Amino acid sequence: MSDKPRVAFFDFACCEGCQLTVLSIGEPLVTLLGHVDVVTWREAISEKSDDFDIAVVEGSITRDSDVARLKKIRDKAKVLVALGSCATLGGVQGLGNTFDRSELLSLVYGEAGSQFEAGEVRPISAEVPVEISIHGCPINADEFVAVMEHLLLGRPYRVPNEAVCYECKLNQYECVFDRGDICLGPVTRGGCNAICTSKGHRCFGCRGIMDQVNLHAARDVLEEHGLKLEDILGMFKVYSLRASPEEKMTEVEREKARKAEPWRFGSTTSLA
Amino acid sequence: MEIRVDHVTRVEGHGNIVASLDDGRLKQAFFQVVEANRFFEGILRGRDWLEVSHIATRICGICAVSHCYASLQATEAAMGIRVSDQTRLLRRLTMNAEQISSHALHVYFLAAPDFLGLPSVLPLIKQDPDTVLRAFRLKNTGYDLGAMVLGRHCHPVSAIPGGFTAVPKLSEVSKMRERLVDLRKDLDITVELFQKLDVPAFDRETEYVSLRRPDHYAWMGGEIASSDGGAVAADSYRDAVKEFVVPHSTAKHARWHREAYRVGAVARLNNNWQQLRPEAKKAMQALGLKPPVHNPFLNTVAQVVELVHCVEDSIAASDEILKVGLNEEDVDVQPRPGRGVGLAEAPRGLLIHDYTYDERGRCTKANCIIPTAQNYANLDADMRAWLPQLASQPKEEITLKLEMLVRSYDPCISCSVH
Repeated sequence: MSDKPRVAFFDFACCEGCQLTVLSIGEPLVTLLGHVDVVTWREAISEKSDDFDIAVVEGSITRDSDVARLKKIRDKAKVLVALGSCATLGGVQGLGNTFDRSELLSLVYGEAGSQFEAGEVRPISAEVPVEISIHGCPINADEFVAVMEHLLLGRPYRVPNEAVCYECKLNQYECVFDRGDICLGPVTRGGCNAICTSKGHRCFGCRGIMDQVNLHAARDVLEEHGLKLEDILGMFKVYSLRASPEEKMTEVEREKARKAEPWRFGSTTSLA
Repeated sequence: MEIRVDHVTRVEGHGNIVASLDDGRLKQAFFQVVEANRFFEGILRGRDWLEVSHIATRICGICAVSHCYASLQATEAAMGIRVSDQTRLLRRLTMNAEQISSHALHVYFLAAPDFLGLPSVLPLIKQDPDTVLRAFRLKNTGYDLGAMVLGRHCHPVSAIPGGFTAVPKLSEVSKMRERLVDLRKDLDITVELFQKLDVPAFDRETEYVSLRRPDHYAWMGGEIASSDGGAVAADSYRDAVKEFVVPHSTAKHARWHREAYRVGAVARLNNNWQQLRPEAKKAMQALGLKPPVHNPFLNTVAQVVELVHCVEDSIAASDEILKVGLNEEDVDVQPRPGRGVGLAEAPRGLLIHDYTYDERGRCTKANCIIPTAQNYANLDADMRAWLPQLASQPKEEITLKLEMLVRSYDPCISCSVH
């Protein structure tokens, strides 16, 4: 057996787009594969091993019956990396937490719904300790390579904690609010190099709300454009239901957030 | 003899093979789908029209572009939104991109190791680096072509109802065209490689279902056509696709005229091969495919033919773009109530999104029908038909063959459950 770090990939409820993003790194991935042994990766290889150092886990936990498999992975791994928004936040399926689960089951399966299992959607950190979170829906491939480099060199990895706004401004993209749209950029964790606003779209908040979010500054940005914080609260539900900034809000704002509906444009939208 | 494979490898998502033979006779054989449901049809309800495609696209990481376009077409049909010729051209280019990257992934990384007697492509990195680099070149050119237009192939950024929030520069299109032209050499070698590989001898005729259009090899829109005859328009898809629940799968199964039907590359080839580009028809002949083909394993070979078709069609679409240019077009959407159905051919086959919106542009009802889910009943029927034919072989060999059969479908399991 070689003395290279042994890496294993696993996934729970997700689209596997983050693992696909890893597969699409191309030649740098071939280089990386020279420095590690990938011992388990159901999506890509048939080799299997329970002996690994680094576990990379994509997906959210949605069924209690999946917890045991996650805990087994955690027990064997020296380092556990949460890969992508489903693993770090719960992902878009977290919206399911706002519905009655038996109603969701009967919507999809009809009367047979009771045969199937559905539980609270949660990030893997709700069940096991996680050493490194790679946020994003999907992840930024460069960040995955950077995380692996840090692990191989034994250096601590700093998870980006600047707002998407910061990266957007560094790139000198046109402000989404100035175009008349709304955007979660002021409060969302960056590290994506503002890819969505680079293409003329808004930030949907896929990397979650940054730590120590400056809600005052966010309020100022919104007020400059005639908006209030509650105008964007409905949008938070798509990714950040669990990681909402609720504890940073006033009681009145908290109540509004619970009732918030998706923000929408007036009668007409112009995006170009 | 009991055969059980928990979590088949080199496929997207979690599924198990359950099969048993009693004295050489079939007792049972099925593909058990254990993937968790994410309830997309439920969670789309209440979301704003601009959020709907953002969320629905995330049903699948491999075929995100197909989901994106099925979703956008459903919203556009519901709200009576018309798109420009430029939007149609960019969508055609990026649907090709998706087939290229997805087919290259399946053909080289997921399916080919079986034919070479390897557990994965990893041993090839040392033994045959040229093949691995060629596989990456094909896959990543498709990926980068998608990213050039969409900002990101998985999950697209710039495609919204009515058009695009940004368009690529012509210089980027021109450079990408060169990379596509360079792929022709890689495709020639890929065709040669697959000429040499033997697929298991197993034929079982079934019903083949795909989109069909009068004007070209169909990737979006058109009607849903069956090899058994008959075709239905988008809005009447429920007359064709009849979904049902089985206890061994968290994904629903589907049937049309018979107990099962097949979608995907082999179905498209059987139904529409006359519309392939000349280079792809040549590849089809070189690979010895004579439609209709009834061997399920030839789905992978049909994907090689489609790779050639999509690269050539991307070159042609790039030429059209370079001739007419690209403009930043304003997208004005007036949300209005209604119902719409969007159709696409994802790499794995027919994909349907069906939405209803209220007067505020809020989604009130959603239904998504996934190619892999439509294939499960046919996969189970293949397993039941083939297993007795394999009965005299050792258990390990039978197990591997059943895994190969599952992989030949290129299943996208988490997508099928969604």
